[in-house]
Amino acid sequence: MAIIKRIAFYALVIFILLFSLFPFYYAIITSFRSGSELFKVEYLPHSFSIANYVSLFESQPFGVNILNSVIVAGAVVVLSLGLGVTAAYALGRVRFRGRKTLLLTILSVSMFPQVAVLSGMFELIRSLGLYNNLAGLCLSYMIFTLPFTVWVLTTFMRDLPLELEEAAIVDGATPWVTITKVFMPLMWPALVTTGLLAFIAAWNEFLFALTFTLTNAERTVPVAIALISGASQYELPWGNIMAASVIVTVPLIVMVLIFQRRIVSGLTAGAVKG
Amino acid sequence: MSSATPTEVKGASAAGVEKGGGLQSRRVRSAWLFLTPMIVVVILVAGWPLFRTISLSFTDASLSNVGGGQYVGFENYLANYQGYWAGVLADPLWWHSVFNTLYFTVVSVFIETAIGLAMALVLNGNFRMRGLVRAAVLVPWAIPTIVSAKMWGWMLNDQFGIINDLLMNLGLISHPLAWTANQNLSMWAVIFADAWKTTPFMALLSLAALQMLPTDCYDAAKVDGIHPVKVFFKVTLPLIKQPLMVAIIFRSLDALRVFDVIYVLTSNSESTMSMSVYARQQLVDFQSVGYGSAASSVLFFIVAFLTIGYIKLARVRLGEEGS
Repeated sequence: MAIIKRIAFYALVIFILLFSLFPFYYAIITSFRSGSELFKVEYLPHSFSIANYVSLFESQPFGVNILNSVIVAGAVVVLSLGLGVTAAYALGRVRFRGRKTLLLTILSVSMFPQVAVLSGMFELIRSLGLYNNLAGLCLSYMIFTLPFTVWVLTTFMRDLPLELEEAAIVDGATPWVTITKVFMPLMWPALVTTGLLAFIAAWNEFLFALTFTLTNAERTVPVAIALISGASQYELPWGNIMAASVIVTVPLIVMVLIFQRRIVSGLTAGAVKG
Repeated sequence: MSSATPTEVKGASAAGVEKGGGLQSRRVRSAWLFLTPMIVVVILVAGWPLFRTISLSFTDASLSNVGGGQYVGFENYLANYQGYWAGVLADPLWWHSVFNTLYFTVVSVFIETAIGLAMALVLNGNFRMRGLVRAAVLVPWAIPTIVSAKMWGWMLNDQFGIINDLLMNLGLISHPLAWTANQNLSMWAVIFADAWKTTPFMALLSLAALQMLPTDCYDAAKVDGIHPVKVFFKVTLPLIKQPLMVAIIFRSLDALRVFDVIYVLTSNSESTMSMSVYARQQLVDFQSVGYGSAASSVLFFIVAFLTIGYIKLARVRLGEEGS
């Protein structure tokens, strides 16, 4: 009986693994098949051709798209963390009038449907001369990365031992010194977690990137992938699409595997969106 | 109402930080100084665009001349022209996309909660390579929505898709199905793709809640020989209800603004059109900024209404902070 239970349990574990990994596995083996091979369903890898990868970079500026995504996501992380850390100190460590209202406002902003600000954001970006410009994307992405960075960092900041801050205050340290010299060294894990979540959110963003860019040279990878097209609507180059999918996903999966524990703690602390 | 996460317990003790009286005013002043840049950016990228979107919804602005629209009152929402009704609220397609969005939200959140909870129960057990399996479960979460939509689009392809092949080999269907093109199936294709990607989020939050549970009531249940299924419904579920509800509402709010997965899998098809897809189509494809802004504003008020409910429910989290 115990053995049957054990087997059933491991069968469940294997089912969970298949459920989670099979679609990506299938994308990988598809990306290494070319020509007419694509149109036969195969469950196991049986050929290895990098033709899809080569044609992906030859037929469009996919390298530039990757670079754009790296620049935008990187800049968004730096800006959000910079603005978020000091705000989180104020919200997490200082008691003042209006703090709760401010926290609730920030939480509400993180729930904003992006499409609800689409026309206003479009007008703002146009008037700043940032349409079809990476800086415009960076600016617009702050609407979802900043609130949750502040929110998650505040919960981390609140958990730091208060003896540390008391000691700093007794030594006459200003709040700025307290943040940079006392808290920052302790905040590194939290900064890595939040930065990673912000990076992933910016890397994956689609609606703004689709609406606020016009030319292929300014597009980020999600838009580039969505717009890969073939001779007609019914002849999508699936090999190229899967190759592009594998390229943009592998770095994320590597990061997730390395920082697994931190990501989980960040997700549960902030209950942020996926 | 008092299930406590670690942050709350520790946060409660940290709330006693402010003891020094003279320091207090200086600390408050520097706190506002530290908050100012963040507040300015939030107003610039959230407050102002939202205000402008709502203002634009009362104009007849077009995409080529966003600022130059004339004030038209509530015409974009609802207007009567010699006996027939026009505006977003009179458009059957809008109501159809409201229905689609609600249907999508309810079904996909239900599916991902059920599967996520089941996954969490398995991952909470003790077995070899548990860490590795937990990492593997995170993979769908890390995959960009566009990529997962394309992956599912390929797997659900009517002619060369592996899902049709699998179902035919298993004898469940006799001929290939056009998952993304068939009106009756395309919503299910969208729901599969979304549920697959978001289940890890629910699994992780459920797992975190499960790991917080005290072990003694389980020992007691074991001694009494109570069936595990009964233990789950009578002990586990009531104990994790609160964090689970927060996760469900969070995901629902996210699902209500769904855009990416639908746009990539089925484009602007009416049978899967969501509120976000509808609003963007009006705004960008049809260039009518005023009308599209009206749709956006209605979506905003629906989500805002539900967010207030969420914050009321999640109050436990904020409860320990003095106002």
